[in-house]
Amino acid sequence: MIEAIVIGLAAGVVAGLLGVGGGTLFVPALTIGLGLSQLDAEATSLLAIIPVALVGAMRQRSHGNVDARTGVLLGLVAVAGAVAGVAIANAVPERALEVGFGLFLLFVVWRLLVRALRPPPTADRAPAPP
Amino acid sequence: MARMAGRRTLRLAAIGTAAGLFSGLFGVGGGVLIVPLLVLWCGFGERLATGTSLAAIVIIATAATAVHGVYGNVHLREGLLVGVPAVAGVLIGTELQQRISPRALSLIFAGVLTVVAFDLLLGL
Repeated sequence: MIEAIVIGLAAGVVAGLLGVGGGTLFVPALTIGLGLSQLDAEATSLLAIIPVALVGAMRQRSHGNVDARTGVLLGLVAVAGAVAGVAIANAVPERALEVGFGLFLLFVVWRLLVRALRPPPTADRAPAPP
Repeated sequence: MARMAGRRTLRLAAIGTAAGLFSGLFGVGGGVLIVPLLVLWCGFGERLATGTSLAAIVIIATAATAVHGVYGNVHLREGLLVGVPAVAGVLIGTELQQRISPRALSLIFAGVLTVVAFDLLLGL
């Protein structure tokens, strides 16, 4: 029980620091830390994401950073995809799910590197050469 | 005008469908997909894209959790024990963000995720 709380707190801190969603961290934390299967870790991660995204969205909204109409529209059109994704996750072998998630993590790594290595947006940039 | 609105709706439908698939298949929110696509395809700023993505994820994760629940895969107790403290963690992380170099941290974290990814891919 303590383990789960510590995992959640730690994953939350990293998520807040990097702006990377909780799921990227929750899934490995649930398999490695709590010994859940890949499938159960994914399902449980989705539940854990709900309060995090909810509080995050409310905070962002108070800063005027939420286009609520677009957000709700996106969420609703995503439901069909999500249902299909869950059905596929339940149909394929556990090993395929692990490999797929591993590849997904490499995609996240690529996104992190792109963001980390590009010049900071606040810095004044030299004018483009003529 | 109507054509532009139609194109925008099509793009949102494409982003949503892709994000939903990723979310259901991998147990993630899909923000890593939604945020860059909102920026690239819909001209959103990074902050607005992040906030809007979080709102969408509330709906996506709820739907995906419900369907996983039907399959009997959701560990309710563990999910809440991880998710509720994570809210506090995110608030702490957002505060610390002002004091720590996000670039160095991104690189460290990218390294950790690479190790986890290869661990999964090689089945160690």
